[in-house]
Amino acid sequence: MELRTIATPHVPVRYFEGGSGPALVFLHGAGGLLPQDPFLAALARKYRVYAPLLPGYGDSEDCSELRDMIDFTLHSWDVVEALGLDDPILVGHSMGGMIAAEMAAVAPNDVSRLALLAPAGLWLDQFPIPDIFSMLPFQLAAFLFYDEKFGAQLMGAAGTMNFGDPEWLKMFLVRNARQLGTAGKILFPIPDRGLGGRLYRIKARTVIVWGENDKLIPPAYAERFRAGIAGAELVMIREAAHMVPLEQTAQVVAALDRFA
Amino acid sequence: MKFTWFDLMPWPDLPKDFREKHRSVWVDIDARLFDPARSHLLYNGYMDLLEYAATLGFDGIGVNEHHQNGYGLMPSPNLIAATLARRTQDVALVVLGNSIALYNPPVRVAEEFAMLDCISGGRLVAGFPVGTSMDTNYCYGQIPALTREKYQEAHDLIMRAWHSLEPFAFNGRYNKLRYVNIWPRPIQQPNPPIHIPGGGSVETYDFCIDHTYSYSYLSFTGYIRARALMQGYWDRVAERNAADHSPYRAGFAQTICVADTDAAAERLYGEHVNYFYNRCLHVFPGFADAPGYRTIRTIQSGALSQYAPAGATFAKLTWKDMVEGGHIIAGSPETVRQRMEELIKSLHVGHIFCLLHIGDMPAEKAMYSSKLFAEQVMPKLRGLHPELANDHRFWCRPLAKRATPGSLPPVPDLAAVPAQ
Repeated sequence: MELRTIATPHVPVRYFEGGSGPALVFLHGAGGLLPQDPFLAALARKYRVYAPLLPGYGDSEDCSELRDMIDFTLHSWDVVEALGLDDPILVGHSMGGMIAAEMAAVAPNDVSRLALLAPAGLWLDQFPIPDIFSMLPFQLAAFLFYDEKFGAQLMGAAGTMNFGDPEWLKMFLVRNARQLGTAGKILFPIPDRGLGGRLYRIKARTVIVWGENDKLIPPAYAERFRAGIAGAELVMIREAAHMVPLEQTAQVVAALDRFA
Repeated sequence: MKFTWFDLMPWPDLPKDFREKHRSVWVDIDARLFDPARSHLLYNGYMDLLEYAATLGFDGIGVNEHHQNGYGLMPSPNLIAATLARRTQDVALVVLGNSIALYNPPVRVAEEFAMLDCISGGRLVAGFPVGTSMDTNYCYGQIPALTREKYQEAHDLIMRAWHSLEPFAFNGRYNKLRYVNIWPRPIQQPNPPIHIPGGGSVETYDFCIDHTYSYSYLSFTGYIRARALMQGYWDRVAERNAADHSPYRAGFAQTICVADTDAAAERLYGEHVNYFYNRCLHVFPGFADAPGYRTIRTIQSGALSQYAPAGATFAKLTWKDMVEGGHIIAGSPETVRQRMEELIKSLHVGHIFCLLHIGDMPAEKAMYSSKLFAEQVMPKLRGLHPELANDHRFWCRPLAKRATPGSLPPVPDLAAVPAQ
């Protein structure tokens, strides 16, 4: 995968591109992408993958002009437009799934294939989603992964945690402020910006993928998404939690085979 | 020098094992710890203390805003200030302040502060904090990365509302108002003096400098730890070529305990200091700083680590450590005078927010400590910064002739007036 930059009306966007096959756009979750992201690598074996970073993620420029859901949705369409893509397979994980669903809802005739991997965007009072913004970094792995050890390893590899070192701490705080600062605009304090009322507009063939053991956005939400989108199929995956694309990569990639 | 007697209004009954059994004193504090009947006594007792402080000759009495907080009983400081306006005569009412990004629409603050200014005869000193992340983001749900923009807009709207004599339309990003035309309007024209509590954001330094507002650092960790931050502010004042370096451009909050001897101070106040620092400041670290609340520039300035809330470490500190580290200034009047002078000179501040009621301290101890401070310490510090004694830009300008509350005339017998 190559990291590139493309101009969009609001801000230059950094994106990963690689692989061959049908065009697929992947929108990342609030945690961003891992370096050499294994899920992107697996997708690239079957698709031409485009994975744009939201402003503030990785080394990309922040964008104060993006403030709310409609800004994020249209910005993501701006990226697709700038990449010159026409009806790519649209895949989003967690926050990225929320944005992908919004994109399909505002422009239902422009998306024919949509994969939502444990998407955010709904709120059920009986199943409150834990507050990731107030979680301490070392608490996250247990919430996000079925296998906490595997998760801690994976997250650790992204930047060895060393909170005792002031320079590392500064780097960590800056990254966190940039990434979750951006994510907070659509997820804080409740990750619901009205998507539930717009799901009916989605015309894409939709597959919803969920980890059975998701503790962040529990599987009750999977059912709600399935019920809200006409014809949507739900794929539940065992021994996986919220980070299902990293935990059961092959099964998630296989769930997209129906778009072939 | 201006001295303000400041009360946080802490809940005094947090259990001994609060740290072990409870996650946080703030945001998700256990509601079962609150006893409404007890609060009736507390509120009235705390207001009595503020009124008592006014009789001792403090320049101001101060209140602030916190939400869902075990050491602050004032979600609405304006309610407290309104009662103080009626029960005091000459003292400044320092409301430090209203978290203006939280009011919808923020003209509410322009109105309520104007009311306080009118009721008190021009005694209001107004504060506009951005608000802590705990209050603003976690309790009041403001989006962290947008908080400052919303704050800025609220500020601009309030100032314009105070300054404009014509109704105006305000097309903000967060506020759409067709007719802004506040009524009542403040006595202090064009606006009451403004203090901005800050926590080290470079943006806040600049904001104060640009508008001639006083920058106040409301820390609990004392003046020694505050040096880096305040130096950062004064460096910025110099860099931006501000017209002057008046110490009244800055204020500082300090925990102070006065007794007749140093040993007596520890004996009298040790347990209350311990209560405050160990129970009241037990805040879950996840609530301290929602990602996006601080700007990247502020984090990168690297200063945060030096004055980050050190809640977890207080447990290990002895009274001696607290005194030597400057967390508290405690001891005999002479000891306190020396340390206060060091504080005032090293931080170059003209406003002191005196935290003389601490944690679960009973009224009589707070009164004793405050009285000693007012009578034996304060007069000796008054004359510092003599060259700027006439700098009144940052303090209230009350009416010369003010109403006396409770002075209605006798009821006349109007029935006796014959009909025409």
